[in-house]
Amino acid sequence: MTPDSAQQLQKLGYECLIETGAGANAGFSDAAYQDAGVTVVKTAAALWKEADIIAKVRQPETAELKRLNADKTLISFFNPAGNEEGMEMAKKKGANVIAMEMVPRISRAQKMDALSSMANIAGYRAVIEAGNNFGRFFTGQVTAAGKVPPAKVLIVGAGVAGLAAIGTSTSLGAITYAFDVRPEVAEQVESMGAEFVYLDFEEQQQDGAATGGYAAVSSPEFRDAQLAKFRELAPDMDIVITTALIPNREAPKLWLADMVAAMKPGSVIVDLAAEKGGNVEGTIKDEKVVTENGVTIVGYTDFPSRMAAQSSSLYATNIRHMMTDLTPEKDGQIVHNMEDDVIRGATVTHQGEITFPPPPPKVQAIAAKTQEKPKELTPEEKRAKEAEEFKKATRNQVGMLVIGAVLMLVVGAFAPASFMQHFIVFVLACFVGFQVIWNVSHSLHTPLMAVTNAISGIVILGALLQIGSGNWLVVLLSAISVLIATINIVGGFMVTRRMLAMFQKS
Amino acid sequence: MEIGIVTAAYIAAAVLFILSLGGLSGQESAKRAVWYGIVGMGLAVAATVFGPGMGNYLIVLVTVAIGAVLGQQVAGKVEMTEMPQLVAALHSFVGLAAVFIGFNAFIELGSIKALMAEAPSTLRGEGVYMWLKDQGVAGFAEKLAHKDATEIAILKVEVFLGVFIGAVTFTGSIIAFGKLAGKVDGKATKLPGGHFLNAAAAILSFILLIMFLNGSGMWTLVVMTLLAFFIGYHLIMGIGGADMPVVVSMLNSYSGWAAAAIGFTLGNDLLIVTGALVGSSGAILSYIMCKAMNRSFISVILGGFGGTTGPAMEVEGEQIAIEADGVAAALNDADSVVIIPGYGMAVAQAQQAVSELTKRLRAKGKNVRFAIHPVAGRLPGHMNVLLAEAKVPYDIVLEMDEINDDFPDTDVAIVIGSNDIVNPAAQEDPNSPIAGMPVLECWKAKQVFVSKRGQGTGYSGIENPLFYKENTRMFYGDAKESLNKLLTMID
Repeated sequence: MTPDSAQQLQKLGYECLIETGAGANAGFSDAAYQDAGVTVVKTAAALWKEADIIAKVRQPETAELKRLNADKTLISFFNPAGNEEGMEMAKKKGANVIAMEMVPRISRAQKMDALSSMANIAGYRAVIEAGNNFGRFFTGQVTAAGKVPPAKVLIVGAGVAGLAAIGTSTSLGAITYAFDVRPEVAEQVESMGAEFVYLDFEEQQQDGAATGGYAAVSSPEFRDAQLAKFRELAPDMDIVITTALIPNREAPKLWLADMVAAMKPGSVIVDLAAEKGGNVEGTIKDEKVVTENGVTIVGYTDFPSRMAAQSSSLYATNIRHMMTDLTPEKDGQIVHNMEDDVIRGATVTHQGEITFPPPPPKVQAIAAKTQEKPKELTPEEKRAKEAEEFKKATRNQVGMLVIGAVLMLVVGAFAPASFMQHFIVFVLACFVGFQVIWNVSHSLHTPLMAVTNAISGIVILGALLQIGSGNWLVVLLSAISVLIATINIVGGFMVTRRMLAMFQKS
Repeated sequence: MEIGIVTAAYIAAAVLFILSLGGLSGQESAKRAVWYGIVGMGLAVAATVFGPGMGNYLIVLVTVAIGAVLGQQVAGKVEMTEMPQLVAALHSFVGLAAVFIGFNAFIELGSIKALMAEAPSTLRGEGVYMWLKDQGVAGFAEKLAHKDATEIAILKVEVFLGVFIGAVTFTGSIIAFGKLAGKVDGKATKLPGGHFLNAAAAILSFILLIMFLNGSGMWTLVVMTLLAFFIGYHLIMGIGGADMPVVVSMLNSYSGWAAAAIGFTLGNDLLIVTGALVGSSGAILSYIMCKAMNRSFISVILGGFGGTTGPAMEVEGEQIAIEADGVAAALNDADSVVIIPGYGMAVAQAQQAVSELTKRLRAKGKNVRFAIHPVAGRLPGHMNVLLAEAKVPYDIVLEMDEINDDFPDTDVAIVIGSNDIVNPAAQEDPNSPIAGMPVLECWKAKQVFVSKRGQGTGYSGIENPLFYKENTRMFYGDAKESLNKLLTMID
């Protein structure tokens, strides 16, 4: 919780409590919390006792779980897959537990996806750590003291962390390459300004949509092609950041010892998968090692903690969004709606029952792969199609002309000559009208309507011709017609002029 | 004035009218073109007034003077947001005039026939006409006297058609006016029976036409007029507010055809030419509007949207609101901005605020442009006029086809009061009722802000997935107030 998010939570109708000194490392003093209307509680134990909803970051310890009861809700990272014991305990206590890492990956839930927030920070920090250990510039420069080539960065795995690393690296000015087993992310990679590394490999590649947006294990052949590509790239790269993780598995070894050996001295590798064993051969968890040939391998796992202020504010926002979803009425009352995909997915124990693992979400994570594009036509086919269309248009036009001619003949056969004279005028005027109006600019359609309004006031001629009649009724009707037709003429023309005068060029 | 000179004036007027319409192809030439129209009209009226067969000059003078003053007042006072109403109102005048003139033609025909029956039986051929002249018959009445039986039958058909079209135009335009001015509920409403009522009225009118041709007299004409009034009323009542661009262009077209029919009745070529010009102009506008909505003319007139072919695609995500400061920050950072105005902008009278925003952003060297969908607003080209009134230069106001390819390179797209014309479902969801309608692809811009009153759907009632896109932020509130708030934050 940050002072900002505390204010938002109060708007939802909650009272906020915080353990004293909880925000100190992230730069939020107790005073700042008090200003935001938060009660600062002396000890964690008292906090657990008083609060109904407890939000924390790390997996709760046994002692903490003991303090739960049926009225309390815990929101935290919980690692439910590896924490049977904890779940049993929460179940026994009857408490509701929401595990933040279980928030499903659907677009609606992105705002509370703490894993993504943390991965984002890790990706950013990975580049900073690499820069810290890299003895040269990221960006290429031509200075009075000589030319500096830009650094080359390879990012393996274009998930949230990978994309964050790509963004950071390109904005620092490095030439960035990125690889991922899911070819559909190539577009995202390229949109971030990096170059996607394609493999020469013919196989139906993975469809990320089927696995909820995560990568899956790849075939041995694919792996060989991938390693061959990396081997080829290794000597050129100054910085390698690996982020490849497969859910609930050891991290795949992608950067083997020989590739590390092939890299130039002074190069840096940051292994974001260190927690799960590392993507790089030679990574040591939570440590920075320098190999014999002078390559630094960073195996830290606490990147979010290294950016405490940023992590806190993002996590606090994630929690706040979770609370917003849990409080649809904004009245400070939690509604644990197990029908909601997001809440159901994240809940691991609910009213004395273990609800892990959740059923698969109803909504797919990513849109299924786009359908095959309509195939390009060959030039011959195109020409044939055009010829076909031309023929069709000709047929239509000739058909219309024939029908028109027949109609004319029919009319001509029965109507007297005087009518036909006027009819010729009418038809020609229609033609002229069609030709002229098509050229009218779209932006002038309103003035066009106003001016046609004005000139359709030409019916005044009809009224004028009749007004000389001896019949009083005729005179009356024509007089009214003259009056309203004049309104039309004068009003129409004047308003057109007014409108056109408004159109000014810049 | 001799009849030859009158005809010459008519020819000149017809040419000037064509030039006046043709000049509307560009903003600058249009300013000159209006004068062609005015001169043409002046010539035509003057030639008729001073031509043969005129009388009652005093009445003409008085009515023209009153009409001119009224017209001037209306044109001077009208707000640009009220243009659709004005256009609709003016259509109704043409329709009503056409009805009256048609009636007059028939009355004159009756009286001239009665007079001819009274002529001394000793007279034959030319003699009758000489006698009629002595009785004071001149002008139009004289022309009627010369008609033979077939010509009179045709004349009757022309009168009937002219009155019918005029009457439909009259009530239709009044209803359109009411809907556009907010005096009649904008929703599509129909009497029980729906379009069968219209069809029945049309068939009845046709029967009346046959009776009329067989000499049933004035009452058939009057009953038909009432039926046509009903058709006009009921037809337009059944069409919703957002389809008014099509309706107004259609009525524009009708008013032209009514004038042309009157021209046939009176044997006046200038009326025929002008009526045909106006009629085809309205027809083309209706066609363009329908095309822009990917709907057939018939479906618009019959009201309602085409049936869906399957369940609509589910909309994912949620609408994320944003405050003015967020929009201001994005605008301050943006290099290229595209603004998409819609009817909502006109309703909120926000065009001045939009113009001010444009001016400030342009002063900061940003590329600001407008994207106008053909059916934005309630009148073809309505948005262009509103923006022009607010002094937005017309060269940054672009048509859909001109700007659609530029959205991927646009930093910020601002949607102000439009909905269906920016609905991506038209392209993405083949089951959507508006599938295939050309839309402004604003969602391809890096960021989209939607200024909107609340969370409702648009006129068509179709959910708009644009509002749920990741790069879309909803800027809720009255467009004018929101923009004014925004203006204080753009430095």
